[in-house]
Amino acid sequence: MRNDHATTSLLRHVGQHGVLVALLVLILFGWLRYDNFLGSFNVLSLLRYNAMFALVALGMCYVIMTGGIDLSVGSTAALGSVVAALLSPYGLLAGLVGGMAAGLAIGVINGLVVTRLGVLPFIATLATMLAASGTALLLAGNQSVSVSYETAFVELGQGDLLSFPVPAWIALLAYVGGSVVLNRTAFGRHVLAVGGNEDASRLMGLPAQRTKFVVYALSGTLAGLAGVILAAQFGAGQPIEGVGWELFAIASVVVGGTLLTGGVGSVGATLAGVLLLGLIFNMLNFENGMGWISLSAYWQSVIRGGFLLLVVILQAKLMTREEAAA
Amino acid sequence: MIDAKHLRAALPQADVTGLLRRYGALVALVVLILFNLAFTPNFATWQTLNVNLTQVCAIVIVAVGMTLVIATGGIDLSVGSLMAISGALAPLIFLGHLVPLPHPLLGVALALIVPVLVAGAFGWFNGWLITRFRIQPIIATLVLFIAGRGIAQVMTNGNLQVFKVPEFQFIGLGRVLGVPFQALLMLAIVVLAAWALQRTVFGREILAVGGNERAARLAGIPVAVVKRRVYLISGLCAGLAGLIVIAINSASDANLIGLGMELDTIAAVAVGGTLLTGGRATVVGTFLGALIIQLVRYTLLANGVPDAAALVVKAAIIVLAVWLQRQGRT
Repeated sequence: MRNDHATTSLLRHVGQHGVLVALLVLILFGWLRYDNFLGSFNVLSLLRYNAMFALVALGMCYVIMTGGIDLSVGSTAALGSVVAALLSPYGLLAGLVGGMAAGLAIGVINGLVVTRLGVLPFIATLATMLAASGTALLLAGNQSVSVSYETAFVELGQGDLLSFPVPAWIALLAYVGGSVVLNRTAFGRHVLAVGGNEDASRLMGLPAQRTKFVVYALSGTLAGLAGVILAAQFGAGQPIEGVGWELFAIASVVVGGTLLTGGVGSVGATLAGVLLLGLIFNMLNFENGMGWISLSAYWQSVIRGGFLLLVVILQAKLMTREEAAA
Repeated sequence: MIDAKHLRAALPQADVTGLLRRYGALVALVVLILFNLAFTPNFATWQTLNVNLTQVCAIVIVAVGMTLVIATGGIDLSVGSLMAISGALAPLIFLGHLVPLPHPLLGVALALIVPVLVAGAFGWFNGWLITRFRIQPIIATLVLFIAGRGIAQVMTNGNLQVFKVPEFQFIGLGRVLGVPFQALLMLAIVVLAAWALQRTVFGREILAVGGNERAARLAGIPVAVVKRRVYLISGLCAGLAGLIVIAINSASDANLIGLGMELDTIAAVAVGGTLLTGGRATVVGTFLGALIIQLVRYTLLANGVPDAAALVVKAAIIVLAVWLQRQGRT
């Protein structure tokens, strides 16, 4: 019995901190194996590129903690990138605010359809995914929209501040904010309570519907912001980008140990999940560079899928053990 | 919760909402067809029928499997990736890239069977993950959604495979008495699945599992077996659809086959009136749902509305359909 208990608690630690351990192991492995793996160029490009995924995953993390899901984030980001690119001639701020507002609009629609019409989040956000994608294509005239290089807009994606990439700054601030809100504010507690047991939290007088509405609005806004960075980084608003982002974000959240049933979650672990999945691609490049093997880029999705498989099986084992112990 | 106002409002409408819920998809389809007859030029032609049928076949076949999965309260996100695996594997077989072929027809026969079975095996793997580890279906099938397309791309190294093999392509281009073979195949699958869901023990077991899993287990239904079977069927359907798609295109591109198929089919299932939480399902409804979505797109395109705007309309239809379903229940 005692031994069994010890395994359970070990497993729980793995569940909570597993993603950090895995991340550290991966970094250590890369540092020992590849030259310049921890060189500033590689680290900074990795952070710059993954900032937009991190933003999308943060919103997804909040939605999932309430027990919902947001499939629209990918096309919302695409829409945000198009709006930002169209507004970029009017300056950095116009592009930034415009892109985020477009995301907010989609998020508000999601929130209203889920809370007012009572449609399942899965279906509601599936529908807005199509709608956002259609709107992005209409606005962009079915092609990518180049951003203006006259204004400072591209700094949002390509610039540096204190020799640290601007997108990474934005993501870092968002995560610090997200973590503080979750752990230190009433709203954060409401999110977890609603996800844990919606009926109970409603009976306790918590504003369950409003909480859900806000997380969808938040997720939309963050996806819009990711779109702004996408446009600034690659110099164009891209209406057909963002395909599969939602599932990548869900995978990051799950790898981070957040339960899909809601009620439990960690913002920091989600960030670690994003970095972990991003590192796999990065290390594949290094591995190919060494010339021992040549794995095509296509292997990255196979490896990512394998990682996800490992994590969910581990999580499931942990859950059944806890149920058995309870 | 029922007060006088609700009751008064509900009584005279009960029949209408009940009818709408039952036959809403059919009514919508008829309205769409009437609209087209009135406004779309050259609508009532064989060509229109053929175009719409060929474009909807793959979606319907995959959506039938999806209906069974959703009827058990699950979901299968991996169907598009499984289509890619089957669609990438078939040309490798009949072009003889995997093993040398003694006879080309043997290659065609193998290419029609093996990829479908492989996709079925992956589907069974989904079911195994869900039942063995009690992982939520959306996550369990997310694994193959991500990895499956990667597997297909790795198999072909991401290359486009172009071919011209009439014997194989009969599945997508052939005609029997002037009717596209794939349409007949689709109808056969729809009829078979509708019959199985309504009239067989397996069908009743599926609905029982989706309606109340605990009760089903207590009633002695082998829940895990039923679930593994529906995911297996979903995989087989996806595999078959993958073959049809590459046969139509005379080419196989692992990056594109079945892309977004999971969402198209879920939309068809939802519009068709199947309850997304499981327990109530209609295969014929799914068929009608897929036709509605296809016909809406066709109507808009034929009347000069751009494809992108059609997406927005599709979104509105999905929300409307699911909202109407919900109104019918409460």
